[in-house]
Amino acid sequence: MSEAVWITGIGLVSSLGEGEAPHLAALQDAASRPAVDEAGFAPFPIHPLPALALDSQIPKKGDQRQMEPWQRLGTYAAGLALDHAGARALAADMHLVVAAGGGERDVALDETICRELATLPPGEAGPLLNGRLANGLRPTLFLAQLSNLLAGNISIVHGVTGSSRTFMGEESAGADAVRIAAARLAEGRGETALVGGAYVAGRWDMLLLFGTSGALWRDGWVPLAERGPGGVVMGSAGAFLVLETARHARARGARGLAKLSAIRTGTARRRSDDTARAEAGRLAEGLPLRPGYAVFSGASGASDPLAEEAAFLADLAAAGPAPGPVRHTTDLLGHAVEATFPANLALAALALRAGLVPQALVTGFGLWRGEALALLEPIAEEAGA
Amino acid sequence: MSATRDHLGRHLVAVTGMGLVTPLGLGVAESWAGLLAGRSGIRRITRFPTEHLKTSIAGQVALPEEAGRPPLSSPERVERMAALAAAEAVAQSGIDARFPGPLFLGMPPVEVEWPQRLELARQTAGEAAGRYTAMIAAAEGRRDLFETFLFGGIGERLADRFGTEGAPVSVSTACATGASAIQLGVEAIQRGEAAAALCIGAEGSVAPEAMIRFSLLSALSTRNEEPERASRPFEKTREGFVMSEGAAALVLESLESARARGAEVLGLVLGAGERADSFHRTRSNPDGGAIIGAMRAAIADAGLEPGQIDYVNAHGTGTPENDKMETLGMRAVFGEAPPPISSNKSMIGHTLSAAGAIEAVVSLLTIRDGILPPTINHETPDPAIPLDVVPNAARPARVARVLSNSFGFGGQNVCLVLGAAP
Repeated sequence: MSEAVWITGIGLVSSLGEGEAPHLAALQDAASRPAVDEAGFAPFPIHPLPALALDSQIPKKGDQRQMEPWQRLGTYAAGLALDHAGARALAADMHLVVAAGGGERDVALDETICRELATLPPGEAGPLLNGRLANGLRPTLFLAQLSNLLAGNISIVHGVTGSSRTFMGEESAGADAVRIAAARLAEGRGETALVGGAYVAGRWDMLLLFGTSGALWRDGWVPLAERGPGGVVMGSAGAFLVLETARHARARGARGLAKLSAIRTGTARRRSDDTARAEAGRLAEGLPLRPGYAVFSGASGASDPLAEEAAFLADLAAAGPAPGPVRHTTDLLGHAVEATFPANLALAALALRAGLVPQALVTGFGLWRGEALALLEPIAEEAGA
Repeated sequence: MSATRDHLGRHLVAVTGMGLVTPLGLGVAESWAGLLAGRSGIRRITRFPTEHLKTSIAGQVALPEEAGRPPLSSPERVERMAALAAAEAVAQSGIDARFPGPLFLGMPPVEVEWPQRLELARQTAGEAAGRYTAMIAAAEGRRDLFETFLFGGIGERLADRFGTEGAPVSVSTACATGASAIQLGVEAIQRGEAAAALCIGAEGSVAPEAMIRFSLLSALSTRNEEPERASRPFEKTREGFVMSEGAAALVLESLESARARGAEVLGLVLGAGERADSFHRTRSNPDGGAIIGAMRAAIADAGLEPGQIDYVNAHGTGTPENDKMETLGMRAVFGEAPPPISSNKSMIGHTLSAAGAIEAVVSLLTIRDGILPPTINHETPDPAIPLDVVPNAARPARVARVLSNSFGFGGQNVCLVLGAAP
């Protein structure tokens, strides 16, 4: 009934670059810094997308044209994960769970319409709005905008067709996508799953939404530790994982990067004593932590959850074995919302595989809501593996 | 007392509460009465100006709190309709304290909308008028916008209100969304993760931009002069679906736990099947593989043979493409003598993210009352659709097991098998 679940491939793209090498290098260098664009979306610094060799993962130009950067990034990262796991041939029966945000708006059209209609009384603006939209919207953009069409594109481009689900709900969606995919494999409803998300930081439409949180960092980029009580820098990232039952991976001679030994999610209402700290404490109950466990923190940088996470980690250290280093990965990737939790699992899996850490606790503390923990264990080399 | 485990040793999943909000009425009773009467809920759009729209008809739910004020945004409508349906379902289940399981919410993607965008634009001026930079500055401190338009906001507020456990999960699989929400709940109960699950599908996207976008895909009926006759699933002159809105909620519970607390069991969710298509963003593979695969997977998951399905609640959108492909699926799965199939969408339109959940509730009502809801507007049969679509009038039938189909844009197909209470 309960099969061990491994991570057998990762597809990771961030402003640092793509794949294992730049991310492993960044994990090993405490002074490593993400690429920063401070001018393009001022006053907000963001971590931009690196140049992608799109043709290598999305060979048909027609497919590329049907997507905007967010879907392209996700589809690209998903392909990297399949390649990394050597799992292309398994795609037809593979489950797919995507954590998605909203797709790109046509910002130029929005601005043109806003400029024209802002001075009109609402009674006149309504009919005119319809006309401007009917003439201005591009049909292809609708499909590029639909949240579930990242999954649709992954099915079309990579042939992943076992099942397809898209979760929406910011950071929590990323963690629950992994949790539910892993639970289905553990109970024997399939052998492989592709799970992850993508976020493009350089988007005015998303900066409008996240700007209203009041949590975004402004002006020059500095590491999280120098942002006073906190501050969120949005980061571009595509992060997909191939999850696989240990039985299946062994049978096909695939190497496991790490064992996903626990993943738990919850949500504190973050009022009175229903705090993120307490919720994370409940999620951590009974986790078999060992001395020196490394923490890959998915904190967004927002001040309140950052303080809650610090208190939770202190509680954990006081009650259990001595922890190893805590890495706030927002200093490497920025905050990539839905992609954050899968990206941190990918980083942790790489670190375990490279022998950099003995055990990894991955945390998720949503900018607004949602707490998540995952525990990753190394996989011993097996004869013949 | 019958078994509480299924053919695979999993917990049997009971339905102990149902709620509906549709253009035919607020609540299960009104909506079901409308469906059995063959009444159309499609009307001219009155909520917003329809100049320049190719389609000016839709299914619309009149929310009491909207009377005499500008329309609520999509996330606000989704949340209110979801809450109405969930309140009805939870009340029927008799669960009166904290809800003993998670929330799975099927909902559409949401974003800051034109009224908000224009409100912000009105606060900008000069060179920067209408620019995102200036609107972002004007939106500073607007936590209300943040919490309203976050994807996770609706689920959080519903989870808070109904006291569900754990992180709420919001799911979108296009037109299969409502069925996916139910499937997630079924799986959580089957694997023993929870004793119960609150599963909701809700939709509130009837607004100018969404209608224009669907029109650009040539997906919508343009029979604007005859709203009640516009939704024509499986009929020869069908030419698109009619957008609609609404919500449905189901309280799912392990049969064991439902019996232990003496709850009335309204029916069972016997199985679920899914299959993604890799063919095209808006069209199914002409071989029907994914649709057929999802239907067969659901029937097999329920431990049944196709011949044991008494009736099919269709996806039946009324687009030329869907109905042709669904017919192909019916013939492939059921052979020469398929069971009757009818489309609720002929009356309530296509409620998109809510449809799979609404149709699951209707399937259970069909079993309960032994009466098949009709496919209305069936005037000219399509010779390419040799199916008993229960044309125009409801009719009695003994129904123990229903297959409910949901097929989505982006190739996401989910089918459910609903059964009578044991």
